[in-house]
Order: sequence, then C-alpha cells, then structure tokens
Amino acid sequence: MNNLAITTNETALIDVKGVCQTYDNGGAERLVVLDDVALTLRPSEIVGLLGRSGSGKSTLLRSIAGLIKPTGGTITFEGVPVTGTPDGVAMVFQSFALFPWLTVLQNVELGLEARGIAPTERRKRALEAIDLIGLDGFESAYPKELSGGMRQRVGLARALVVHPKVLLMDEPFSALDVLTAETLRTDLLDLWSEGRMPIKSILMVTHNIEEAVLMCDRVLIFSSNPGRVAAEIRIDLPQPRDRLDPAFRALVDDIYARMTARKGVAEPARGGIFPGTGIAMMLPRVSTNLLAGLMEAVAAEPYRGQADLPPLAASLQLEIDDLFPIAETLQLLHFAELAEGDIRLKPAGKRFAEGDVDERKRLFAMQLATHVPLAAHIRRVLDERAGHVAPARRFRDELEDHMSEENAEQTVRAVTSWARYAELFAYDEAADIFTLENPA
Amino acid sequence: MVFLPPNRASLSEATRLARNRIVPNIHDIVALSIMAALLVLLAHGAAAMRGSAELLVSQPVTLDPANLPEYALRTTLRMFAAIIASLVFTFIVATLAAKSRRAEKVIIPALDILQSVPVLGFLTFTVTFFMGLFPGSQMGAECAAIFAIFTSQAWNMTFSFYQSLRTVPHDLDEVSRGFGLSAWQRFWRLEAPFAAPGLIWNTMMSMSGGWFFVVASEAITVGHTTVELPGIGSWLALAIDKKDFVAVGWAVLAMGVLILIYDRLLFRPIVAWADKFRSEQTASQEKPRSWVYDLLRRTRLVKTIGVPLAWGWQRLMLVRLGRPQLKVQTAEQQNLSRLSDRLWLAFIAILAGAGAIFTAHYIHSELGWSDVAQAFGGGLATLLRVIVLIAIASVIWVPIGVWIGLRPKVAERVQPLAQFLAAFPANVLFPFAVLAIVATGASPNIWLSPLMILGTQWYILFNVIAGASAFPSDLKEVASVFKLRSWSWWRNVMLPGIFPYYVTGALTATGGSWNASIVAELASWGNTRIEAYGLGSYIAKATEAGDFPRVVLGIAVMSLFVTLFNRLLWRPLYVFAERRLRLD
Repeated sequence: MNNLAITTNETALIDVKGVCQTYDNGGAERLVVLDDVALTLRPSEIVGLLGRSGSGKSTLLRSIAGLIKPTGGTITFEGVPVTGTPDGVAMVFQSFALFPWLTVLQNVELGLEARGIAPTERRKRALEAIDLIGLDGFESAYPKELSGGMRQRVGLARALVVHPKVLLMDEPFSALDVLTAETLRTDLLDLWSEGRMPIKSILMVTHNIEEAVLMCDRVLIFSSNPGRVAAEIRIDLPQPRDRLDPAFRALVDDIYARMTARKGVAEPARGGIFPGTGIAMMLPRVSTNLLAGLMEAVAAEPYRGQADLPPLAASLQLEIDDLFPIAETLQLLHFAELAEGDIRLKPAGKRFAEGDVDERKRLFAMQLATHVPLAAHIRRVLDERAGHVAPARRFRDELEDHMSEENAEQTVRAVTSWARYAELFAYDEAADIFTLENPA
Repeated sequence: MVFLPPNRASLSEATRLARNRIVPNIHDIVALSIMAALLVLLAHGAAAMRGSAELLVSQPVTLDPANLPEYALRTTLRMFAAIIASLVFTFIVATLAAKSRRAEKVIIPALDILQSVPVLGFLTFTVTFFMGLFPGSQMGAECAAIFAIFTSQAWNMTFSFYQSLRTVPHDLDEVSRGFGLSAWQRFWRLEAPFAAPGLIWNTMMSMSGGWFFVVASEAITVGHTTVELPGIGSWLALAIDKKDFVAVGWAVLAMGVLILIYDRLLFRPIVAWADKFRSEQTASQEKPRSWVYDLLRRTRLVKTIGVPLAWGWQRLMLVRLGRPQLKVQTAEQQNLSRLSDRLWLAFIAILAGAGAIFTAHYIHSELGWSDVAQAFGGGLATLLRVIVLIAIASVIWVPIGVWIGLRPKVAERVQPLAQFLAAFPANVLFPFAVLAIVATGASPNIWLSPLMILGTQWYILFNVIAGASAFPSDLKEVASVFKLRSWSWWRNVMLPGIFPYYVTGALTATGGSWNASIVAELASWGNTRIEAYGLGSYIAKATEAGDFPRVVLGIAVMSLFVTLFNRLLWRPLYVFAERRLRLD
C-alpha cells in the first residue's frame, strides 16, 4: 500500500496520514472503520473516494471536515492540524441538509452569518453564489418548494459562498434521479473547468463508479472491513468525458473488476464476505425478492448464468451500493459467485431460478441452514428445546458480544426474514420469540 | 417577525410602492389600534398587580358587571405571565437536560414526577411562601397564582422541547458544526426552529389546562387567611358565596370570550407563522390560517416597524458565544467522565434517600399510620372514579369522534369547538351542577364525580377526531372494498387506526381529572357544602384547614397514584401503539 500513498509536498491542501477510526461497540473487539488511511489532496484536482457502504469513506470525509475526531493518525489542512472545520473547507451533503425554515437566500447566508459577516456584505456574496449556481429567481423560496436538483444547488451555493479552498462532497448526487444528477454533474464540471468557482480542489465520496470516472482526476478505491485505501487509479481522460468512449468503459470495467476480484484489492481484508465469523457474522438486510430477482435476471437472456456487473447494474438500474449486498448475499448462500467483475450462478442458483415456489423455498432453506451459521444455530436451538420456542432476545445478546446492539438487531432481522421465507423457523413479533410452528 | 422578501424582482416592486409607503393603509389602522390597545391594557394590568395588599381589603371583588372586563384582564395577564415563565423555564431547563448528561439524569425523572403532582395541592405552601416574600404587596398572592398556573404548564413544554433537542436531524447538526455556528447561533438557527412546532402545540395544550388553574387559584383560603385576587376566579367564588346565579352566568360568558380572544389574537397567528418550521420537506396541502397574521403581513407601517426589529435580530444573530466542540472524546476522557458520572449518580442517590427519609419522618412525627391509610382509602375511591369516568367518556366520545373525524366538513367545524371546550375551565360550571345536586338531594359521592371529567373529556374527543381525520384514505377504501361491516370494521380498521391518538387523549384526560378531583370532590353553594369521599376532598379540606402535614401526605399519595397509573397503564399502551399501530 505504501507505494500507492503519495508523498507529502508543500503544496498539499489536505494531508491525511495513518488515520484510524475505531468504535467501542461494547463487544470484545473494537469495530475498526478506518485502518491506517493515507491521502493527499493537491491544488487543482478532483479526487474521488470510491467504495462500498461501510468502507469508511464517509467517515474519512467527516474526519477531514473536522466533524469527527479520528482515533489515530493526523489530518492537516495547509499544514495545520484539523480541529473543528477549517475555514477553508466546506461540505455538500447527500441529504442536502437544508434548513426547512430558512429561505434559499437565508440558507446560503448561514455560513457567512456564522463567520460574523455583516448583513449587507452577506447578501451581496449570497446573491453572487446563487447567481453562479443558477438559482436566480428562487431566492425567497423555501426548500420544501424546490425539487431535489434545486435543493442540491442550494447546498452547493451554501458551500461555495464561504469561498472555501476545498469542497468536500458526500455522495452529492445519489439522492437525485438519473437525469437531474447528470445535469448537476455537468454544470459543476463546467464551472470547475471554467475556473468560476472560488475553490482549489474537490474531494468527493461516491459509490457510483461511472460518476467517479466521469468527474475525478484520481480515484481512491476503499476496501471494507476495515476501511483501507486499496488502490489508486489516475484518470487522465480529457474533460469533457464521454461515457461511451472505449477508454472510459475500460476504466469502469477495470474498477468493477478490482472491486469484485476474488483476491483483489477491494476484497474484505479478513477473509469472509461480511464482517465477523461464524454465528457472529454481520448480515445485511436483503429482501428475498431481490435475491430471487437477481438470480432470475442472471439466469435469463442474455446472461445465461453469467453476467458482467456494470451492464447488469445498468440494466437493473442499481447502484453498486445496492447491487453488491445482493450479489454478496447470493455468494454467502452459495447461489452464485463473484469474480473479476462478473457474477456467475452456481448449480443451486440455476435450480432456484428455474424452480417453482415450493422448490425455491426448499432450496433456500437448505442453503440457509448450510451456509449461514446463525440460521443453523437458531434452528438447532429450536430443535433441541422441548417446546420448540426460543426468545429472540437470547440470540441478540449472543451477537452483542461481538458487535454493536444495532448491528446485532439488523443481523437477527436479516436472518429472520430469510428464515421466514424458507420456512426454516417462524418468529412472533409481539412476543419476540422464535418458534418452529407457523401460526395456524 | 416580518422580513421583506429579499429577491430582486420584489425590490423593484418595492421602489414603486415606496412613493406612498408612509401613508398607512386600512390594514395598518386596524393592526395598530389592536396593538396599541393591547399595550395600554398590559400597562394598566401590570400597574394594578403591584398595588398594595390593602387594596385587596379596601377594594374587595364585587359582582358589578362593569368590573368584569377589568377582572378578565387581570386573569389574562396572570396567564400571560405564567406562559412567559414557562417558556423561559423550558428554554433553560430543557436545553440543560439535552446538553448535559448529568443534568439530564436528574431533570428528566424529576419532570416525570412533577407532571403527576396535583398542582392545586401546592397552593397552600406557595401562597404562604410568596406572601412572605412580598409582605404588604399584592405581588405575593399574584406570584402564588402565577406559580400555580406555571406548574400546570411547564412540564410538558419542557419535555417537548427536550425531545426535539435530542432529535435534531443529524445532517443539519453537521452543517451547523461544519460552518462553526456558535452555541447561541445554533440555538436560534437550528434547535429552536426545529423544536417550534412541538413546543407551540404543547404551549397551546398547556394554556388549555391553565385556565382551569387560574380560576382555581385566584380565590383561596389557607387556614385563617383568605386571598381574593381581582379576577374571574374570585368573581366566581364570590358569586357562589352569595348564591348569585346571574353572576355565575356572567363569569361563564367572560371566560368564553376571553379564551376566544386569546386564541384568535395570540395562538392562531403564531400557529400560522410557525407553519414554516415544520420540517417535512414537502409542501403541505393545508396551511393553518389566521386573519390576524394575514392582517399583520399586509400592513405597511407594521412592516416598517419590523425592519429595525429584523435588523436588531440579525445583529443579535452575529453574537458569538462559545465555539462548538468536537463530538468524539478520547478513551481517557471517556473513562474519566464515566467515573465522575458514577460519583454524580451516587450523590443524587444519597440526596434522594435523605429527602425520602426526611419526608417520611415529617409525616410520621405529625401523623399516624391511620392517616396514611385514610389517604390511601381516599386515593382508591378517586382512582375508581377516574377509571369509571374515563371509560364512560370513551364509550361516548370515541364513536362520536370517529363519526365526526371521517366527515372532513363536520370535523372542520367541530374540532375548534372541541378544543375550545377543552380549554374552558370546567370549574366555572361547577355551581350549576352543585345547585342541581343540592336541589334534588342526589348522592354527592356519585353525582359530584362527573365534574372531574367535565373539562377533560374533550381531550378524548378532539384527539379521536384528529385520529379519524388522519386515517389514510386507502385503508378506508380497502375496508369498503372488502365490505367490512360494523363490528369487524371497528375492531380491525378504525379502533387500531385511532388508538395512538386515543391513548394521547385519554392520558391527558386522566391527568386532568386527578387534578380536578381536588376542586370537584368538595363543592359549595352559599353555605351548603357537599362532599364526596376521596383523595381530592381530603387534600381540599386539609388545605382549607391549613393542615400542612395532611396536605403533604395527600399530595404524595396522589402523585404516587398518578405515577403508578401512568407507568402501569398508559405507558405500556403508548409503547404498544407506537410499535404496532403506527400508520406512517
């Protein structure tokens, strides 16, 4: 990894060295979110942080913004250690984070007000920013009157008005529809290339590979569990970039491959697909409908059991953040395997795709009991008990020795919904117990 | 607060308007005259409050209708003072609880108990205390009355504000910290606006309850001292004493007008203004309207006055008090603060233990176990009344509320009426009931009981109406598609749908009924006194006799009953409703 880290030079705007972030989750081990992360942001570049959810990229961004204090390592902005948000840094949020009770103008003025700038000067600068970002005419509107795209423009104007040197963006376009997101990206890139924004560099978090390739000069790929910088890719394509350009496609495919490679860089560092081992494996909540749907899609024409992930994601209109948990759950259940940017159905997966309802449930129950230790564990306990009843609390407590309360809850819920579908065991929500009998 | 629309299009419009800008328009005249009148009344009332105590003796309350407006004004001012005090208390205490873990551990349980303490039982001490604080001035009695209203209002407002502060949206919190808003700016820009809708609703609910207590606390006898503050409550007490039926009627009328004015001039405009603080990001279909608010917005002169105010406000927003802190602490800091947390908790526990021993000792030295048994017996009798009455009120008002709520046109008319009735202090109506009981010779043990719920039943009604109005139309359609009829419809569709609302209403009604028992279980008409056996009459009699140990005992027992009732019945129901029956 060291060869990937760029050595510091004087011109670095942001310098991150050996940053670690761990959380005390009450269990035996501390949850490691970021592990020894290094990164340098230099003037005049857009750098993307790309990774799956839970790879700590948002945590890193918030550490740089001074919103979170990392548990280890150093972060400097223009050579000065970051404690609290530096004056030269502003942030754009995924959820827009606008104050619903302030008008567009007041929202934009907020950052200036915090810096104690007088009302007249504030208004002048806010109107300039609003002008720049294409919000003229909306000054007195409240956020609830605006569409998502317009709201994010307010978010951008609010960040730009304080004249930051570095703009941090946390998945800025992921809450928008495809068309709006593309318009905003293009507008932002235009402003950037024309040098009309008062910023020197942009650091953005994204889980959209195409977005990263479209906008960034450099992309850092994060591995998850724990979060590390697994690879750095330079993107030297000239702007404006064309998504259909073969060189563009090749880069997208390359990143997909790196993120799914069997022994690749983005593979979780500790072996398993999901954090934790045995019954303490942290499971994502993925609906059985999505699992079945993906298997059907891969089994059908034109993929016939093996699909390249980028076109599959595009045709299913899924982002990688949505697609990966589904694909990885299939991998966990041995319905499919992931490698080199491809998903390939295993025999069980093919039989599932062709089977009728009963056959599917039987197959699912088998795979669940064989490959998900927690499901097998709950079933075993229920089988052993005379009344075939066990409180769910007991299993959550068991998991909480290894993970946070929240994750334990999520894992138990995930197993519950899969087991309900497979009819491996039942769950009574009111009494919070697992049983072997389905309600009559 | 009125801001000029700051967009440039309206600026050019503003210059066009500027030519005849100074000439007031019709809205100006209306608004200004209302405002001026309010100011004059305020000044007059405040001056009267500072009057010496002799005035209370030399100018006793009389039943002259010409004096009624003056009394009404004095009563209103007391309400106003109490609500201001409650707001200040809310801002300080709730903020403290939300920001300091240690303060939170004391404040929140304390508020929970204080909510259950019967306010009227307090009057004995507070009157004595405040009279001592302001000897020879009316201020003492005024403060006692205001304090009584305050204790009926402050707790739920504080809870609401505290809960809002704890649930400030994460992303807005990050923006505020990212821009480095000072604690002061953060409070006014983020926390107070976010908490505003909940706080305003709770303030309205508190006001509703407050009228009851202002009436009950104006004329009060403690031992040999009788204090009669000029106000509708004292008017009423005098009318009862003199058996003046017409005067009671005047009081009812004055009270109705007063509540109506308060609602129109104060709360409607605030609710209409506060609509923008609701944090849903979608434009709402129905905007709360208020003609006063519209009037104020249309006025030109008022706007001109508003400009310097807005300027001052903006200057105030630039004040920087304290830079925000990073959220994450290091491990050593955490360990250290854990240790001091334990020490703090131990300190609190010792304090609480000492308090309990002291109270027990006080009661024990003055009273015997038989007194405790008597209080508990009364408590059980009152408990029985409360349960039966809430059950009866529910059986009556739930079907009616659902019927109304499902008909938007009717609901639109009835809902304000129900809220008005909830605000109307039922104790003003007590004389009619007492007269009837005296005349017919009915058993007070049974027939005094309905008075407890006279004012509080409306909480059930308007909450059920709100629930039925908010019932999703797709679920209604499903029910009608499947032709669900009568009982099945009630059991599977409507009752679960309104349940969370019903629980809220019934909870409020129960709390109010316990409080009302102190006034309702012991009533009089002239020299005729009728009394029902219960904890309420126990406290009322002890208060009258100035028997402090018994008052303390009575309050303690009632607080215990209410707390247990809430914990064992309402809270589980609330949790159940939140978990299983939420529709959004």
